[in-house]
Amino acid sequence: MLDDLDRRLLRLLQEEPARPVPELAQAAGLTPGRAARRLDRLRETGVLKGQETVIDWRRLGYTVHVSLRVTLDKGAPRAFEDFLAAAREVPEVVEIQTFLGQVDVRLSLIARDLAHYRAIYRDRILTLPRISDIEALMTLSVVHDNQALPL
Amino acid sequence: MTDLDDTDRAILRALQQDATLEASALGRRVGLSQPAAWRRVRRLRDEGVIVGRRLVLDREALGFGVTVFLGVKLAARARLEEFERAVTAIREVQTVEHVLGLYDYRLRVVARDIADFERVLRRRITALPGVGTIEANVLLSEERRPGPL
Repeated sequence: MLDDLDRRLLRLLQEEPARPVPELAQAAGLTPGRAARRLDRLRETGVLKGQETVIDWRRLGYTVHVSLRVTLDKGAPRAFEDFLAAAREVPEVVEIQTFLGQVDVRLSLIARDLAHYRAIYRDRILTLPRISDIEALMTLSVVHDNQALPL
Repeated sequence: MTDLDDTDRAILRALQQDATLEASALGRRVGLSQPAAWRRVRRLRDEGVIVGRRLVLDREALGFGVTVFLGVKLAARARLEEFERAVTAIREVQTVEHVLGLYDYRLRVVARDIADFERVLRRRITALPGVGTIEANVLLSEERRPGPL
């Protein structure tokens, strides 16, 4: 389905997503027309779903980043659905992940400062449904962030 | 710190969904002319609010069926810099965060399948200098939210 040329295109695009097609084509050793057709096909087949803009929340004053590890009361019917639906309503939750392992769900939460964090935690997080246990880890620093795939 | 007005927020929301939007299309969405939209985006970029773009890819279609989050606790007297340098050199390790709480580092690791993950874990991760205990959680689903915009 995907060949080496597709992977090369995606690898190059991953490195520099804003790169114009003619430049990308040249780096991949293709004509612009062929590169554009391949990219179109990758989009049509859903391999390339799009591009999102990355925002630095710290620049907007959100200096506290906390990871909340949640264990749910799985005895309750619809525990996951109820919890996730309510968590989506909290604006400061920027990421929701579900897991197989010791942890059921992880929420990435941002806040302006510790007082703000405490208020969100008390008013919006502890009130979420079906929580059986919750642990907080604070991010001290991001040492490395490259979500590119090793294509 | 950068202050945003409602138009900036609308711009960021639109670009979060689709970073490839041209200034003209973006302007139409938020009620600005093409040059005015372009100036606002440039300011957000110059001030470091917009830090870049990320491709959204179907990981499974590309052969990466497994993403695992590892919580790593370092052994007593381990050297942080040494661990950080070695762990960021591993291709399959996508993110490394230094955290305060149950463990010291959280790693996001991508692998082809569980067998491939086991190989990365055994050959690369457990061989890192200073590693104490490791907790693993396999990612089932993930969604990014727009955040407080």
